[in-house]
Order: sequence, then C-alpha cells, then structure tokens
Amino acid sequence: MTGQTTTVAPRETISPFAKVRDIVLSSPIVMVATALLAIIVLAAIFAPWIVPHDPVRLTPSVRLKPPNEEYWLGTDAFGRDLFSRIITGGRISLVIGVGAAIAAVAAGLLLGLLAGYIRWMDALLMRMVDGLMAIPNVLLAIAIVSLWGASLWTVLFAITIPEVPRVVRLVRSVVLSAREEPYVEAAIAAGSSTWLIMRRHLVPNTVAPLIIQGTYICASAILTEAILSFLGAGINPETPSWGNIMAEGRIYFQINPGIVLWPGLVVSVAILSINLLGDAVRDALDPRMAQRGIDR
Amino acid sequence: MSDRVLDISNLRIALNGNEDSQVVKGLNLKIEPGQTMCLVGESGSGKSLTALATMGLLPKVLSPIAGSIVLKGEDMLTATPARMRTLRATAMSMIFQEPMTALNPVARVGQQIEEVLEFHSDLSQSERRRRVLEMMEAVHLPDIEKLYKSYPHQLSGGQRQRIMIAMALIMRPQLLIADEPTTALDVTTQAQILKLIRELREEQGTAVLFITHDMGVVSEIADDVTVLKLGEVMETQSVDNLLRHPQTDYTRDLLRSVPSQVPRPARSVATDEIVLDTDKLCKTYGGGGLFFRAREVMAAQDVSLSLLKGRTLGIVGESGSGKSTVARCIMRLIDPTSGSIKVGGKDIATLSQKDLKPQRKNIQIVFQDPMRSLNPRIEVGESIIEGPLNFGVPRNKAMTRARELLELVGLPASAVDRFPHQFSGGQRQRIAIARALAMDPDVLVADEAVSALDVSVQAQVLDLLAELQARFGLGILFITHDLGVAAQICDDVVVMQYGRVVEYGPAGQVLGAPQQDYTKALIAAAPGRHWDFANFRPFAEAP
Repeated sequence: MTGQTTTVAPRETISPFAKVRDIVLSSPIVMVATALLAIIVLAAIFAPWIVPHDPVRLTPSVRLKPPNEEYWLGTDAFGRDLFSRIITGGRISLVIGVGAAIAAVAAGLLLGLLAGYIRWMDALLMRMVDGLMAIPNVLLAIAIVSLWGASLWTVLFAITIPEVPRVVRLVRSVVLSAREEPYVEAAIAAGSSTWLIMRRHLVPNTVAPLIIQGTYICASAILTEAILSFLGAGINPETPSWGNIMAEGRIYFQINPGIVLWPGLVVSVAILSINLLGDAVRDALDPRMAQRGIDR
Repeated sequence: MSDRVLDISNLRIALNGNEDSQVVKGLNLKIEPGQTMCLVGESGSGKSLTALATMGLLPKVLSPIAGSIVLKGEDMLTATPARMRTLRATAMSMIFQEPMTALNPVARVGQQIEEVLEFHSDLSQSERRRRVLEMMEAVHLPDIEKLYKSYPHQLSGGQRQRIMIAMALIMRPQLLIADEPTTALDVTTQAQILKLIRELREEQGTAVLFITHDMGVVSEIADDVTVLKLGEVMETQSVDNLLRHPQTDYTRDLLRSVPSQVPRPARSVATDEIVLDTDKLCKTYGGGGLFFRAREVMAAQDVSLSLLKGRTLGIVGESGSGKSTVARCIMRLIDPTSGSIKVGGKDIATLSQKDLKPQRKNIQIVFQDPMRSLNPRIEVGESIIEGPLNFGVPRNKAMTRARELLELVGLPASAVDRFPHQFSGGQRQRIAIARALAMDPDVLVADEAVSALDVSVQAQVLDLLAELQARFGLGILFITHDLGVAAQICDDVVVMQYGRVVEYGPAGQVLGAPQQDYTKALIAAAPGRHWDFANFRPFAEAP
C-alpha cells in the first residue's frame, strides 16, 4: 500500500557455532581467558591420568620441599606433591563453584520471578529472604553442614543457600521494572499466560545481570568452600580442593609460600577467566549490543 | 557586524572525527541581540548537537571538524575548558527539555540558583539571596520565600522549568539556548513558559536560540527560523516569510504535516453498533493500608463514553487528567474500582483473568513509546504472532498472516525475522499496529500512539490508522494531549480534567465551539492555533 519508509537494515543470520566462535574471538583478552579456563577445566577432568604423583600419598621424607625437578611446585607439610594436589583440587573447587552458581541462580530466578510478578507472594517471599539475609553466610553454612554432616552435597547445599537471597532480590528488582514495559502489557493484552510472559518477556531481561551475579557466586563459593575447610566444616581435608590446600598451607607460609600462592594464582586466573567470559556472553546475548558490535 | 551575539559559520560535526560520518554539515547561523532564532527539524537533524557544540558540551564521540562558533567575538571551539566554564554561566546558558532531570533532586531549588552566583560572582551571601529572590519573582513564581526552600519534587513541571530559566538568566547572559524547553509540559503551561521567555527577552535583551520540532511553537515565539534536515540547513527566513512562502520542498512537506487545529468535517454515522461502552467507570488509587488509611486519589471518576464501529473517539486532556487511566482500565491492565466496561456488549470490568482471556482478542492497544513497545530480544514476527498463538491459531497460519499484516502497514514481509532495533520509531509503531491487528480486534486503543513521532512520520501513521479503520471497521479510542491530532482524526471527543469528563460530544462541536471554560482554555493555549500551516496562511486570511 503506501509505499513509504520501507528501507530496513539487512538481517544477520548466525548459526549457534558461529555465535560461540564470535564470542570467543570477540577480543584477545577473551581468547586468552577461554584458553586458560579450558586448560584448568581439562586438567581437573583428566586429573587422575595426568598427575605425576598420587595427590593424597604422604611422604614424610620430603616435607615442605621447594620446587625441584621431581616436585614441580614443591611439597606440603605431609610431603604430598603440590602440583598434583592443585590439579586434583580443581575437581572439587570447580564442581562447588559452578554447582553453587547454577543452583543459586536457578532457585533465585524462580523465587524472584514469583516475588516480582505475583503481587501477593511478594511480601511473603521477601520477608523470608530478608530473614535469611540477616544470618551471616559462613555461620549459616556451618550450621547446615553441622546439621547434616560434611559431604560434597551438603557443602554444596550449605554454600548455595546463603547466596540465594541476593539473587532473589536482583531478579525481583529487574522484574519489577520490566513488568511496567509496554511490551509486557501488550503481551497481557494479547491474552498470554503468566507462565508465557515470565518465560518470554521477563526472564530474558534477567539473563545479563544473572550471568554477572553467577560468575560472582562461582568465585565466592570457591572461597567459602576454602573457609569451611579451614574451619574444619568442609569436605574431608584429605580430599584436596583449592581452598583446603591454601588453608593448610597458611601456617607454613614462611617456609614454603608456594603452598598458598600457587593455588591462589590458579583460583584468581579461573575466576578472572569466568568473569571475562561472563561479560562476553552477556554482550553477545543482547541483540542491541550485537548491533553495536557490527557498527564498531 | 560586531555586536552580533552568536555567529556560527560552516560548522561541521562528525562522528569520531570521521569526514564521511558528518552529523552537522556546514551550518551557518547568526543571532543578533534580542533576537529569537528558532532551530527547527525532525529527530536526527542535528539541532541539539548544534546547541551542545555552542555550549562546549558535545559527547566525546562527536567532534567539530571545521568551522567556527563565535560568541561575542570569541571562538568557542578554541576556548579552553576553564574559559568555557566561565562563559557557560555568564555569556550563555541553556535550559533543557526535562526540568525534573536537569535539577538536582536532593538540593533546595533556591540554593541551586544561588550556586550559580556563588561560582561566578563575588556577591555576599545576603546579596546573593536577594538576587535569587528577585530572579524568582521575575519568572513569576508564586510565594517565592517558601519555594526558595522547596525541593524539585515539590514543584510542578512548569514551576521547575521556571526555576531552570531563573538559573539560566541570573548572570544575565547574552545568549539563552532553549532545547525543546516546553516539549515535556502541558499546553497551558507551555503557553505560560513561552510567554515568559518572550517577556524576559524583551526586558533583558537576551538573544534566544530556541530549538523545537513543533511548528506551532515556532509560530508563537520565533523572529527568524532556520530549518535543518539531516545536518544541513534547508533555509533561514523570518518566521512570517517561512510560514507563508517556504522555499524548499522539505519545509513545505513539514508544514503540510502539521495537524490543523480545525476539526475535520463530520463523517456520517453508518452504523449504530456499539463496540465499546463504559458506564460510570471509576478508578481510585490508595486507600486501604494496614495501619493507616492511605490518601485516596480519584484517577478516574464516573467516566461514561461509548464508541461505535468504524468511528474514532478521542480522549484529550493534560497530564494527570486520567486519560491513560481510563485506557488502562478499559484494557484491564489495571482493575477499575467500579463501573462497567462493555466490549461488544459483554461487561469485562469484573471478569476474572481466566474469563477475561477470551475477551482479550476483541480489544487491542498501541502504546506511546515505539522503543519500548516491542520486546527487543525477540523477532518482530514472533511478537506479532504471540497473541494468535495464545488463541490456538496454528503457527504457520499465524506467520503467514503476520507477513500480510506487515505489508498492510507498509513494511516488507521479510521484516518478520528482524529485531526491533533494526527499525526506526515510525516503523516500530507500524509493527505495533500490525501486532494489534493480528488479533482481529473490534476496538483499537491508541494511547498517545503518535506523540513520540516526528511530525511527518506522525502524519503517515495517522493516515495508516484511517485506512485500516475504513478497511476493517475498527472502532478507535484515541488518547492524546495534542488537540491538533485529535481534530484531524476524531469523530467524537471527550475532554478530561482531574479524572472527570469535562465535555463530551462531536469533535466539530467540542473543538470548534467549546461550551466549557476548561476546553476553551485548552484550545486557547494550543500553540499555532491561528495558523493554517498546510495552506501557508493564517486562518484569518482564509478566503
């Protein structure tokens, strides 16, 4: 009909594979972060096959050795090989970090959506969340662990629960502002169900902040696990995790600082890489950001 | 001429200093003392950038690459940042569109004005206070001693803009730059602010660079007008000449798009089928509360209106008049407190969400803000078919229909798999209309649907609505603050104030021969009401 204003920007078609490739290649920093994270994760997965020494075998004759040809990063107070322990420790730490992030985000997302969108649930849920927030994280975690005894699952649960309130508040605030958007009201007017509106119009708005929050929780969970180990409320100290290696090494810091520094370095690199990748994924998920990327 | 206040010559502003991406292309502009120069253009014309360049406030990515901006013999483009800071209060100053965001919300307004004196003069504290009160008096603020100690949120929009003007003029600058200063205000307030700017210009001899997109405002305030299009000057003329004898096609088109204040001829009523009918519709906010009874606000009171098939009913009023509340109640986006809403004969006012759902398809809405009315994360086609899918239409069929509808609203069918950010504001509004039509509604509610659009785009969207109405027999409930737009497309008009219907009747009668004082005041305040822009002459000279 009226033949005016029909020039429209061309469409970009991107396959999922190309999308991942674009994210990874979006900047040299992201490439390096991806590579480092990949090395750490692969090393953790294949730890039993690649460690030069048994990470739990005690060899009192070589206690607290500095790095040498046989023990690349030296040994700890019981003569265990530090390099092997760090590689193996990644298994527990990464499972706890990633597991806590996923579990806390999932629970927080669900509760946040309910609190933000369904009016009568708001006051109820938020008061419970406030109550939970009033208890210090570590104290709450210790209480949970001592209630059910230390195992990977209880530690994971104990670390996840204190992180949930923050996610709930974040999601709720995003939902409260998003629900006022005209496109949400248009969806209501189109007869869409509450479930559909949440899934299509509200959840996507929470993805970007949740990725950031998730990477933060991942980092914080790895550290909380270390604290729990240090206080003796963590996983069996024989099983190495980055946290308990550092916790045990603390007292020998003056003799062999590497026991704290090396796992600390690995934790920092892993967390930094996760954060950088999180940023890159967030940018790529937003079509408006993607458009700007093309213009750049 | 040496007493010229502002002399911009061959100004070029480019993105990232890149010759090929110029946003202002060789602009020339001269302003004499006491002169009001209007800079007119649609969005993207570079009018605000010119003002910001003059103030030295351009965003970092934009930079002037050629030309000069000479204020009282001094080149702004070569002045040091420190010098610019001094000049910004003493030689030139600026007022902005949104007076709420331009004022600091946590400082008293009197102190905010006084701060300017503190930085740029050696006056004693008591002297400063006296000057501030004097200035507040000059901008006709009531009860100045009390207002001096008020915070911005305690003031009305018009009062806040007066504070901004007082702040801008307290150092008696030679040049006042006003960037759309009345766009966010109601028409009656707008008329007062325009009057104030005229008055202060005469008293203080300030030159004014007035930026606007509204030809009505231009006809009220300008001495001379410069028309901009995509960074280029189309023409510069005295206001009378420009409105009577525009030199370029662009200006002519611009003037032709301005909706006239004179109601269109009445259309004959072809049907008596009522598609929408409200009876004593009320919406009260507040009340209740656990311990204290919160103050009640009657956002809508006893609103009764009815809309016939194929007709357009306008609701006009200023902000806070309750017109949007009525629209949202009718859409059941909010629940009315009492009264009935009949859509196609069925009362939907008290239906539960479950019973309401089947009724939803009969009534659809188009919102004001084209940037926010489509979900930015999903393709346009998906947005359009969401409604039909909810009502069990098979996906293929719904998508085919979406393509047809996009072509119907003047977009290519291939637009279905693009994202909203790839479209302009006007195009998005067309998509929003297509989405509403996908439900085959009997009633379309347009809540300020053209208010955010440029005037030429606005005219196209209004034409589109008229065409679709004729084709589908839609009843349109058109909510607007713009009497010109209402006059152009409405058959009947409801005038609202403070939540009540003030006047209701055929458009020709309500807008042509209003009975109520409030309606008369609204019409008298509408800028440019004496001009028949489309025919390039004042109404008084019409043959």
